[in-house]
Amino acid sequence: MSIVDTAKQTAQGLMQGALEKLVPLAPDSWIPGGVPDPLIARKHGLIGSPVSRLDGRLKVTGAAPFAAEYRFDNMVYAALTYATIARGRIAALETAAAEAAPGVVLVMTYRNAPRMAPPPAFGSSPGGVGPADLPILQDDRIHWNGQPIACVLAETQEQADHAAALIAITYAEEPSTTSLTGAKANGIEQALFMGQKLLNEIGDPEGALAAAPYRVDQVYRTPRHSHNPIEPHAATLAWIGDELVIHDASQMVSQQAQTMADVFGLKAEQVRLTSPYVGGGFGSKGLWDHQVIAAAAAKLSGRPVRIALSREGVYRTVGGRTLTEQRVAIGADADGRFQSLIHTGLAVMTPHNAMPEPFILGSRATYAAPNILLKVEVARMNMLANTFMRAPGEAVGTFALESAIDELATELGIDPVELRIRNEPDKDPISGLPFSSRHIVEAWRQGAARFGWDSRAPAPAMRQEGEWRIGMGCATGTYPYYRMPGAEARITLTRDGDGVRALVEVAAAEMGMGTSTTTAIVAAERLGLPLDWVEVGYGDSAIPGAIMAGGSQQTAAIGAAVIAAQGALVAELLKLAGNDSPLAGLSVDEVGCDAGGLAKLDEPARRESYASILARAQRDSVSATRPGSPPLELMHWSMHSHSALFCEVRVNAVTGETRVSRFLGSFDCGRILNAKTAASQFRGGIIMGLGMALMEETQFDERNGRIMNPSLAEYHVPVHLDVPEIDVIWTDIPDPHTPMGAHGVGEIGITGVAAAVANAIYNATGTRVRDLPITLDRLL
Amino acid sequence: MTPFDYARATDRADALRQGAATNIAFLGGGTNLVDLMRERVASPARVIDVSLLPGAIEDSEGGGLMIGAAVRNTALAEHAAVRARYPMLSRAILAGASAQIRNMATVGGNLLQRTRCTYFYDVEGSRCNKRAPGSGCDARDGFNRIHAVLGASEACVATHPSDMCVALAALDAIVHVEGPGGARTLPFGELHRLPGDAPDRDTVLAPGELITAVELPPLPLAARSTYRKVRDRASYAFALVSVAAAVEMDGDRIADLRIAFGGVAHKPWRATRAEAALRGATASAQAFRDAAAAEFADARPLRDNGFKPALATRTLAAVLSELTTGEAA
Repeated sequence: MSIVDTAKQTAQGLMQGALEKLVPLAPDSWIPGGVPDPLIARKHGLIGSPVSRLDGRLKVTGAAPFAAEYRFDNMVYAALTYATIARGRIAALETAAAEAAPGVVLVMTYRNAPRMAPPPAFGSSPGGVGPADLPILQDDRIHWNGQPIACVLAETQEQADHAAALIAITYAEEPSTTSLTGAKANGIEQALFMGQKLLNEIGDPEGALAAAPYRVDQVYRTPRHSHNPIEPHAATLAWIGDELVIHDASQMVSQQAQTMADVFGLKAEQVRLTSPYVGGGFGSKGLWDHQVIAAAAAKLSGRPVRIALSREGVYRTVGGRTLTEQRVAIGADADGRFQSLIHTGLAVMTPHNAMPEPFILGSRATYAAPNILLKVEVARMNMLANTFMRAPGEAVGTFALESAIDELATELGIDPVELRIRNEPDKDPISGLPFSSRHIVEAWRQGAARFGWDSRAPAPAMRQEGEWRIGMGCATGTYPYYRMPGAEARITLTRDGDGVRALVEVAAAEMGMGTSTTTAIVAAERLGLPLDWVEVGYGDSAIPGAIMAGGSQQTAAIGAAVIAAQGALVAELLKLAGNDSPLAGLSVDEVGCDAGGLAKLDEPARRESYASILARAQRDSVSATRPGSPPLELMHWSMHSHSALFCEVRVNAVTGETRVSRFLGSFDCGRILNAKTAASQFRGGIIMGLGMALMEETQFDERNGRIMNPSLAEYHVPVHLDVPEIDVIWTDIPDPHTPMGAHGVGEIGITGVAAAVANAIYNATGTRVRDLPITLDRLL
Repeated sequence: MTPFDYARATDRADALRQGAATNIAFLGGGTNLVDLMRERVASPARVIDVSLLPGAIEDSEGGGLMIGAAVRNTALAEHAAVRARYPMLSRAILAGASAQIRNMATVGGNLLQRTRCTYFYDVEGSRCNKRAPGSGCDARDGFNRIHAVLGASEACVATHPSDMCVALAALDAIVHVEGPGGARTLPFGELHRLPGDAPDRDTVLAPGELITAVELPPLPLAARSTYRKVRDRASYAFALVSVAAAVEMDGDRIADLRIAFGGVAHKPWRATRAEAALRGATASAQAFRDAAAAEFADARPLRDNGFKPALATRTLAAVLSELTTGEAA
């Protein structure tokens, strides 16, 4: 039996059990006094059960088309040539040999590229998602080592790659800043993130720190990280008439189409971008130079183009996480209660982008303290524009904060779990808002019991088996609940015999995490339909609205839009039902969706199926499109997810090698919608965190700004042997103020992990490592 | 990749005949050569595939083993006689690469794999005397965590990446070669060069010479041998330091032993000083450490690899302790 069949059978079985219960329409409000989403009360349905990805079979059989697998007739292949200096000009450019090479159709440089506007940089406009505000292939200027400066189109990929290597470039170098020391010397600035200062100050943090009987005050460093989704970035595109059609790998479909339209001076509807399958994104599957260059080359050559970046190409042109230097200082009284919390430091970005790594975000609402200083500053360097990477800010910020808390626990002689619980805030320490849903203490207690935390040695370097020193550590992970505006949903019911099929369309992106499956689950429950009657449309810029798979907010954004569209659809159905229906005279508020139709809430026998309503109205289908309501819940509550993380490591006393032997994540993320895909998100995030703790580092040569390990052989991520059994549990307590009671689960998994590992290494060895990655030489 | 001709050698004579042309490369499993060609570090005009030449593992006349150059790494590691008589060799092979790569890689190709220095691989953006003689070395003052601490030169600080070769160095293997000048053999320790002022030459092989076999001489003490590799992750990473060692005890004294290090030099490093210090000595942790210290007395660490002498010393002591007492250090 196929995975899809299994999932559908499971789903149908669950559905039948659930069909007796009527689901009222969800209220379209997220304000105090509002009624929680009625799906929260539905305890025995499909929601929360483990459902395999509905597209799983397509993927494992190779039948799911990815961006570099689409074809157009007469298509050519692109290869890029990259700059090898950090800053300067192209003094001479010799392309004759490349142009004469076999199979070459076009060599495009700034000299012959069509005129294009610079893409609006991410955050600079509602639809702009450019990597930076730099023009692409429009002049002779070099802004980073690795910048694409020429594109070759040829009849085969091999011919294009070969010809791209024949382009000879002479540079006129100009002074550049490629070292951290140099960047600091140039001056540092207050960081702005999405237009807001990354700065919070309450009370007298330095004074309270100095006066505190117990304190830690340390500097922690995290290196650059490069994006390594299993699918390298790619696009297959064509100009068809005056329309640009792009099959891309995207986690921000509508926004990328809009930005491409901006670059080429087109109306938004002239760009059609699809991205049904994406092999991982993690923040990187957005707009970079390669799509713009490929579209320009397609325009110039009159041929459709496939551009598939090599892994090195990804390192040279797709930004990653920038480096940070963070100070964390905590002053506490003898009971361990924080009197002062200071988390400040520096991140590096370029002169042309607006992405400071916001590492203080997780420190805003995790612990109570009467005096707080949180601040990010930036220095600028000539390098590839850095960008979002899974839990931007929190992933590295929690390493510093949660390491410092472990150091403080040692100073105080208090168990680090207990120390964290003692500093649990009763309201948001910065905004003063109440928490919408916060059950981290339960998560700590459940996790500690399950992991066997009480067997941890109270002092470091006490347990050894043979060459292996054994230790345990813990940390809190945190990630906020977001819901971005702009989402729309279109629900279409179409008659199919005696039943209906539902098509739920959302301009969402599926990077492989299971969004389309979870959307189908939720829609099926909401509409009172079996799962296999529901199809989800997504990943297509022709679908109205704009949703981004970012900030772990996509599921909430979709959820609110589907709620709104469902309300409109029911209104439309009642209109169609007319006076001859058992539902005649009922208002939208009096009915719910149930068992393939509408029923009166307090009189479920009074009902009519969707198919019957459509048949009487002589309609084949009915459709409704609505935007989600504004995310007002974010104005009324402080909304966050948390995790309690437990790690056991073995550190070799001879060689310093660290092996993580056990890991447990105990999550408080609202209601879990799909136990299977959520567990995979948690585990995947934890594995990424293990890499961050122990091995990931982009080797950025400070002499010339060149990345020196642009391959998965030399840039280390965990291999199977590095990953132990990872246990994940969750509180599953719904947040009454969110759609479905859910919080996002995509990013929280990585947060706190590096600190849990570092703290376990301290417990094993007595050595405190404050610089990532914790390679063996730091433990010799 | 630069366009090239491909030809499959029908037999050894055919391979040698074709190999007499200029700018050729013999292709074994291709697990390194093809990467180098893709990166345009290597641009042979003609690739001669010798991976299908007869390759067998047979008892040699002298009581050792004769291993054909085309034998795949996996077959060698799994061979019963190798596992019983030369366990360090099986372990070294299994410590390297991945199962897929070992299934493809050949013995001859493994001997000729080139350094993993990232500046060597960066054709467009970095200087490298090994790749482009006389251009300079960007590794010396750059990222050199995986680089050499012994036997390096001003021109080159690269390391040899093979695990298998470290065991072969310890086992006194003999390399069988045929070329335009006929057949010859050479001791394994003489195959690979130190960089000196010609780091572009990894080995002493002449143009057109083909490795035909590797011979393991009989070495009873190798039955008690092992290989330990220290690296940055649990698998699929090159050695920061590795140790191949075999020990024969006479009471509490070391009657004889073999030691080689990987990850520390331009070639697999046979630790002759450490062997001399320990041969006939009483086995003790201090003696092991002193012997390793003698071996690394001339070490010249770079910016990022200063930990290697200490790591090599600790690792050797642990390996010898295990071999002499049967217990981990």
